[in-house]
Amino acid sequence: MTAESTPALVQSADTDGPAQAGPSAARGPRARNTKAYLQYVAGKIAGAIVSLFAVLVTSFFLFRLIPSDPVKQMTGGRRVSAQQLEALRHQFGLDLPMWQQFTNYIGDALTGDFGTSYQFHTPVIDKITEALPATLLLTGTAYVLYTALGIWLGTRTAWRNGSRSDRFNTAFALTLYSIPSFWLGLLLIIVFSVGLGPIPGLFPTGGLESGGESGFAYVLDVAHHLVLPVVTLVAVGYAQTLLVMRSSLLDEMGSDYLTTARAKGLRDDVVRRKHAVPNAMLPTFTLMFVNLGHVVAGQILVETVFSWPGLGGLFYSALSVPDLPLVQGLFFVFATAVILANTLADVLYPLLDPRVGR
Amino acid sequence: MDTKDQPKRAHAPLFSRSPRRAPRRTLRVLLAAGAAAFTLTAGLATPLNPAPQEAKAADGGKKVLTVALAQSVDSLSPFLAQRLVSTSIHRMMYEYLTNYDPKDNHAVPGFATEWKPSADKLTWTYTIRSDSKWSDGKQATAADAAFTFNKMMTDEGAATSNGSFVTNFKKVTAPSATKLVIELKKPQATMAALDVPIVPEHIWKNVKDFSKFNNDKTFPIVGNGPFVLTDYKVDQYVKLKANKNFWRGAPKFDEVVFKSYKDQDAAVAALRKGEVSFVAGSPALTPAQAASLKGESNIKVNEGPGRRFFALATNPGAQTRDRKKFGNGNKALLDQKVRQALFLSIDRKTIVDKVFQGHAVEGEGYIPPRFGDYFWKPSGSQALGYDPDKAGKLLDEAGYKMKGSERVGKDGKPLNLRILCHATDPNDKAIGKYLKEWWGKLGIGLKVDCLDDVSVPWYAGEYDLAFDGWSVNPDPDFVLGIHTCAALPVKAKESAQTDNFICDKTYDDLYKKQLAEYDPAKRADIVKQMESWLYDSGYMNVIAYPNAVEAYRTDQIKSIQTMPTAAGNIYGQDGYWSWWSAVPADGTSDAKGSGGDGSGSTGVIIGIVAAVVVLGGGGLLLARRRRTSADDRE
Repeated sequence: MTAESTPALVQSADTDGPAQAGPSAARGPRARNTKAYLQYVAGKIAGAIVSLFAVLVTSFFLFRLIPSDPVKQMTGGRRVSAQQLEALRHQFGLDLPMWQQFTNYIGDALTGDFGTSYQFHTPVIDKITEALPATLLLTGTAYVLYTALGIWLGTRTAWRNGSRSDRFNTAFALTLYSIPSFWLGLLLIIVFSVGLGPIPGLFPTGGLESGGESGFAYVLDVAHHLVLPVVTLVAVGYAQTLLVMRSSLLDEMGSDYLTTARAKGLRDDVVRRKHAVPNAMLPTFTLMFVNLGHVVAGQILVETVFSWPGLGGLFYSALSVPDLPLVQGLFFVFATAVILANTLADVLYPLLDPRVGR
Repeated sequence: MDTKDQPKRAHAPLFSRSPRRAPRRTLRVLLAAGAAAFTLTAGLATPLNPAPQEAKAADGGKKVLTVALAQSVDSLSPFLAQRLVSTSIHRMMYEYLTNYDPKDNHAVPGFATEWKPSADKLTWTYTIRSDSKWSDGKQATAADAAFTFNKMMTDEGAATSNGSFVTNFKKVTAPSATKLVIELKKPQATMAALDVPIVPEHIWKNVKDFSKFNNDKTFPIVGNGPFVLTDYKVDQYVKLKANKNFWRGAPKFDEVVFKSYKDQDAAVAALRKGEVSFVAGSPALTPAQAASLKGESNIKVNEGPGRRFFALATNPGAQTRDRKKFGNGNKALLDQKVRQALFLSIDRKTIVDKVFQGHAVEGEGYIPPRFGDYFWKPSGSQALGYDPDKAGKLLDEAGYKMKGSERVGKDGKPLNLRILCHATDPNDKAIGKYLKEWWGKLGIGLKVDCLDDVSVPWYAGEYDLAFDGWSVNPDPDFVLGIHTCAALPVKAKESAQTDNFICDKTYDDLYKKQLAEYDPAKRADIVKQMESWLYDSGYMNVIAYPNAVEAYRTDQIKSIQTMPTAAGNIYGQDGYWSWWSAVPADGTSDAKGSGGDGSGSTGVIIGIVAAVVVLGGGGLLLARRRRTSADDRE
């Protein structure tokens, strides 16, 4: 769609030329631009593949730097004989030389096999697939809400730059942004879950569901459990979008085209929404993709405070052993999500702004 | 200048399209509707469905006891599970050959009604009860027990969790449905303390790979314990239904739910709200949590003698099984006088009062006092009580004299020590500060090395002292065994069963003697001799026995069995006593936000809030729409 818009600008420059040259001249730049774009996309995808491989290699060595003995940690406090410790080390392949562990890991990972979790005795992929929907539900919901709120408030505060509401909104958002998410989560549990003073306990203290529900009652139950963790994530997350949106809109506000738009007699609201905001959206768009990548990674602290059965909590549990296959698998998935989101942003950006990628 | 050109050039193509208002407005309406729906569903959830939010004693006639869990279940297979939470659940699902009496921990009948050794001490015969049925109706027999043990002896995967119990087994057979025979390689006094869940052969014989089968896909899971596992969701909950046909008698609660709380403060909040009936710490509630719960209506804080000891361990010189030395422990600690001097300058009372804030008992012998048969305490003359002056004299005698403010050895070097501390344990850090002060007065320098995981420097022998602690079982064999020469690593720096590289012939001889002694009183006497040796050696100094601190709602649980019966703990017992014995309260609850009335008013409030949000949002949208339309008409 936008690939056609770009040549349209080029074509408009050629309209003074010979009429018969029009069609052939139009095909030339379009083909060139399409080719350039495809080359640009191929470059980005190749870069992403290299990054993914680098992540794969890094994840193996990074977590082996943690000074720990997974077998001893897992069996800590239990009656385990020396032979059993040895058998477990053998079972997990920890008795193999490092280079062999590495080649096994890379070979298996390239076929999509990230091994079996030490502590859960389950394939890593299964554990990740099991926990992924809960994370997507939590962070995905929060993502939509804090992005919408950030853009909306960012636009309003910038448009009323220097006003009391601007100062209040910016300061309030920055205050929330500075609050540690786990602390805010605990505070919300005490106030809105247990109840404080006249405020009754409205929401569950944790978990994704009460258990035993089905159908619509299950949906309501999950929504009920979702409220406090989502509010926590939105509260600490919207400030970033607000500030980026505010800043980029402020940059646009002195532009001539806005003066022109006003001079046309357009209403202030229309000038803001139809002219200023679309141009100011580009930096926010980048931030949205960066945040989109983090949707998969979940929010480790918030998931822990609210006992949310997602990837963040799983990562915390895996790191505490450390459950090396699970830690490596999760790290790879998190990194892949960020790399894919960034690559997607790179690929889409020239379509939004033709100056990029030329 | 054409004013229409300006926005076109400046805009990104996607956004520079003709100003179609409808999609944008639709998007906004959708977003608002989504937010409103989100709030509304959240609000509606409570009035429509209040029951699942609270663990009520009487929930539609079904009596449910909800326990807040601090750990994830690692596996529901008794052959794989390592964690306390999983093994506690297995205690409820399956019978073990024997159980422990909640009063004094002595072995009582479980799956077996009687057990006795042969004259040569090498064959044990168990009589298996005939009144135990699997939950699918089949009779539980000795063949099931024989299958369980044989599987562990022959399949490496099946030995993952409990393999140590069968390492001394030679042969296990079931000559009849009620007779189980276990032949041993050498005498073993712990044959009435085999903590192995017995599984049904007719179910488990179909398992192909024991190292991967987690027993968590098909419900209900067939067992013969006091509860039957009916549902499990990873990292969320485990549900167990009462086994009405349990041979000892049916539990009083219809269902026990273990609910996962990764944050202990959130679990305490859930108890306060009435969402859970019981919360235990990991391993205990903190003094602050216990203090905040004390005095709350309908909540009882239960404090019992813990099964753990908290000790200070010295590095007696790291060594392999073939006596090759490694590591870099301070040589001064090879002198018994120096070790004893260090322990004479520790004020245990201050540590119990200030660090544990009274939730602990001053340490003495190696086995905590709750295990009365094996508990040993030093006599007056043997005791290494707090006596800094005597400590100074011992250090002088050992050749470490004061020079200025420092203790200096014969080589002229000051006596500086390191201590390994667990970064995640605030008690380690706090006690480290006290030690630094107390030992500093004696002229000894101390560096407190707090690490997330101390196991690597520990196994490398690269430490001088370490904070140490173990949970002790009713049978002390395991915690005694970790100080024998056989527990040393085969290779340097390799993880092994040893705790502190102790290897001593006197201790080893006593260990072998107690393991072969079938007379309980004589065995206890030998165990006490071992404790006495450990105490005098100065290798292990027990500072305190931290109490088990937990809490439950009295409006949900009327009574519950502690272990030991008099002032004991509830969670993590050696047996299923607490959950099997728990009696539901009458069902009247005044928990905040819980109970029928509470939820009703909560629902009304949320409904009002949701309605205000929806109406307010809708009104705002409508007003804006009207204004926009009016502006556009101008």
